[in-house]
This record gives sequence, structure tokens and C-alpha cells, in this order.
Amino acid sequence: MAILEVRHIQKTFEKTQVLKDISFSMEKGQTVSIIGSSGSGKTTLLRCLNFLEKPDGGIIAVNGETLFDAANPATTKEQEIRRKRLHFGLVFQSFNLFPQYTALQNVMLAGQLLAKEAPDFKTHKKERLLAIEQQAKELLCQMGLADRMENYPHQLSGGQCQRVAIARALALTPDILCFDEPTSALDPELTGEVLHVIRELADKETTMIIVTHEMAFARDVADHVIFMDNGTILEQGTPGDVIENPKEERTKQFLSRFHQEKQFL
Amino acid sequence: MQLIIEQFPIVIRSLNIGFLQTLKLFFVTLIGAFPLGLLIAFGSMSHFKPLKYLSRFVVWIIRGTPLMIQLLIIYYFPGLILHNPIWGSGESGRFLAASVSFILNYACYFSEIYRGGIQSIPVGQTEAGLVLGMTKTQIFFKIKLLQMVKRIVPPMSNEIITLVKDTSLARIIALQEIIWAGQSFLKGSQGISGAIWPLFFTAVYYLIWNGILTTLLGYLEKRLDYFK
Repeated sequence: MAILEVRHIQKTFEKTQVLKDISFSMEKGQTVSIIGSSGSGKTTLLRCLNFLEKPDGGIIAVNGETLFDAANPATTKEQEIRRKRLHFGLVFQSFNLFPQYTALQNVMLAGQLLAKEAPDFKTHKKERLLAIEQQAKELLCQMGLADRMENYPHQLSGGQCQRVAIARALALTPDILCFDEPTSALDPELTGEVLHVIRELADKETTMIIVTHEMAFARDVADHVIFMDNGTILEQGTPGDVIENPKEERTKQFLSRFHQEKQFL
Repeated sequence: MQLIIEQFPIVIRSLNIGFLQTLKLFFVTLIGAFPLGLLIAFGSMSHFKPLKYLSRFVVWIIRGTPLMIQLLIIYYFPGLILHNPIWGSGESGRFLAASVSFILNYACYFSEIYRGGIQSIPVGQTEAGLVLGMTKTQIFFKIKLLQMVKRIVPPMSNEIITLVKDTSLARIIALQEIIWAGQSFLKGSQGISGAIWPLFFTAVYYLIWNGILTTLLGYLEKRLDYFK
């Protein structure tokens, strides 16, 4: 069974239809890359999956459970959306770390708040909080930030900030982790270190959707590539199909610079 | 000079009493205007149009007219025009009217500072909280509030220091604050008359109190310097 099934998602802002009819599905442990030019709707699609935008039409189902169905008002209620969001994690282009908290606190905060809502929290307070702290520390170590846990975001490089943000998203163990151009705000050197940890996550079969402009990275890491253009999925398939041998004229055109640069290397 | 030294203890005692009233008005204004300002700020950012326009209209009126006129209208209008002296007579009535005027006036100024502080926080902070499963309330108190406080401390400090001096405007409705106390020795009080120096000397009180406040607020600003 598909871990994620997206059917006929549509979204219009004002008069512009940003997502026209998006359908795709993915399996547990897969990495899906979404590529395409700016304005093609990639970011809006991720924001719809994380319920930061409300689609005007379509269905989002995770593990067979319909989380969102635009035609069924019962699934679009604000209070329930909060719980449904936890199926997804989102790593932003601009990190969006909380500046007043240390790296470790950034990773722990959401877990602590959720734990406090459990009815038996008072009697298990110590062990619950300790478990959250332990897990956060492990995640930061995994991100190569063992010596940066007590630093505040402004004391970290962009690459380190983004790795904290990845740890923060992983802390809530989402079913599907989404990345919205995670390296677009970084210089090539810092890009490398962030891509490295994402690659490690892919090797561990973390289910991920990555919106990226790093074509080589998409080709090497993704199991499935989606090319979006003008609010539709124009082409999708294995990296070998979509990136190396695109069928559509528009895809060829979009990838032409990538292939040209490759010849020079 | 000899005379001033003789007058000094009497004058200081009066000025101290007057300054207590000044401080009382200062603290009552802050305690009232901090929360009321936040309410007006939320009102002026509301998606409910009538509330938004009402809030902005009130802020426009209050910020667009002198505090002294507001004091006079709020104190005298009910009694002289409506023949319903709601404030009561005497010092307690004057203090009540002055408090209402100052709280309303400062709440409007504070509301604009709050609004600027809230709106300057990037929307990404809210979105990061939302995707981590936080409620709007948690996002406000755990994420946005401290960032907002950090941003509003400098402009708030400015307003607070202005408030210390603005309390002297309450003299216009004869509130017995420090200016009133200093002036009383001009007309004659406790055997001293025609003395102008007590009025001049009130400046020292304002100066010292503002020195203390500047230090405290500067300390608060430093304490919040640990993040950017």
C-alpha cells in the first residue's frame, strides 16, 4: 500500500491556478524529488501536504487513511488538521529556527509541548522529558552537531542551521519528511554538508519528498522524480527516465543547462 | 542662599508627597496601558473589519490630539456638559480621571508599538510552529512573545521615559503631583511664598527617576541580547 496518495489536488490563489490537477503516490522508504522551474507550483504542493495551504480540490491520504478531502468538510476542520500535520515534517528553505532557543531546545520544544498534553504526563514527567532530550541529542549527533547543541541559531552557519532544522523535523518522527529547496539559501560548500545528511537519511530509507534545484543530487538520491511545470505534473518516473532521458520537450528544455554543464565536467 | 537652606526641608517634604502622586500615576498608567494596548493592537490587526476600523479610528483620535486636551475633556465633560460628575470631587476624583486619560492615551501609543513588534516577526516562525503540531496559542507564547518583547523594548523605553515627564500634564486638572507641589510655594504654602526654586527643583526628581528607569531598561535590553 502506498504511504502517500495524492489525488487531483487543485489550488488557486486569487485568480491564478497554481496547482491544476496533481496526482502521485509514493511507497514507504522512497525518496521522491520534485523538480521544475520557479513558479511551477512545487512549493505550494509541499505546503498543501503540510496543511499550510488548503487545497481547493483533491484528496490526501496517508497509509490508506484519507487525511484531507476537499469534498468532505469533516476532514478539513482546523482542530483535526493539527493532528494530521504530524504525519508530515517540513524543512524550510530559510530554516525558520526559533532564535531564542538553543539548537537542542529547538529540537525538543515541539515534543515537550506534545508530551505535556498527554493525560498521564504528570506521573511520568521525568522519564518522558528525559527520553525527549535523549532522542534530540541523538538526532543532533547524527547531523554532526554534537558540539553545537548549546549554540543559538545566530551562532551557527547556514548549513548547521539547516541540519538543526532537519533534526527538529525528525524529532516528531513524521511518516513523510518534506524538504522545500533545503539548500537554496546556502553557498556550495554548505550545500554539500546538508545534501550529505539528506543522502544519509535516504540510505536509511527515510520517506522523503525533496523539492530541489540540485539536479545531480535528485538524480543520485531519488527513487522517483516528478517534473512539474505550470501547476501540473508533466513527467514522472525514475531519475534515469526523467532526468537522463526526458520525453517531453519542456522537460528537455528545463534540463538542457544541467546536461550542458555535465559535458564540461 | 541662606533662605533656600532654611526652606529646603519644608519644600522637600512637599515635593516628596507630590512625587509619590506622580509615581502612582506613572505605575497605574503602565499597569493599565500594557494590557489595554495589546487588546487595541489585536483589534487593529483583526480580520473583523468593523473592529479593525474602530481600533484604528480610536488610535487616530488619541494620537492626533494633545494629551492635555484629552485630560481636560475627560475630567470636565461629564460634569460640566452632561451634568453628571462621574469622577467625584477632590483629589481621588482627579486621580481617577487622570488615570483613565493616561491609560487610554498610552495604550494607543503602546498598541502601535505592539503591532509593529508582532508584524515584524517573520511568518516563517508561525509556519515552523504549525508544522511541528503547535497550537496558535503555543506559537504565540512559546515562540513569538519573547521575540516581540525583544523588538519592542527600545521603543517602549522611549515611551516609558516620556510618560514620566507627561505625568506633569495632570497639573492642568490640579492633580497634586510634583509640579503642583512645587508651584504651591510660588503662591504661598507653609509660610513660604514667592519661591520659584522649588518648581525648578522638581526637574531633579524627574531626572533621577528617569536615570533609574534608563538603567533598568538598558539592563533588560542587554538580558535579551543572547539571541538575534
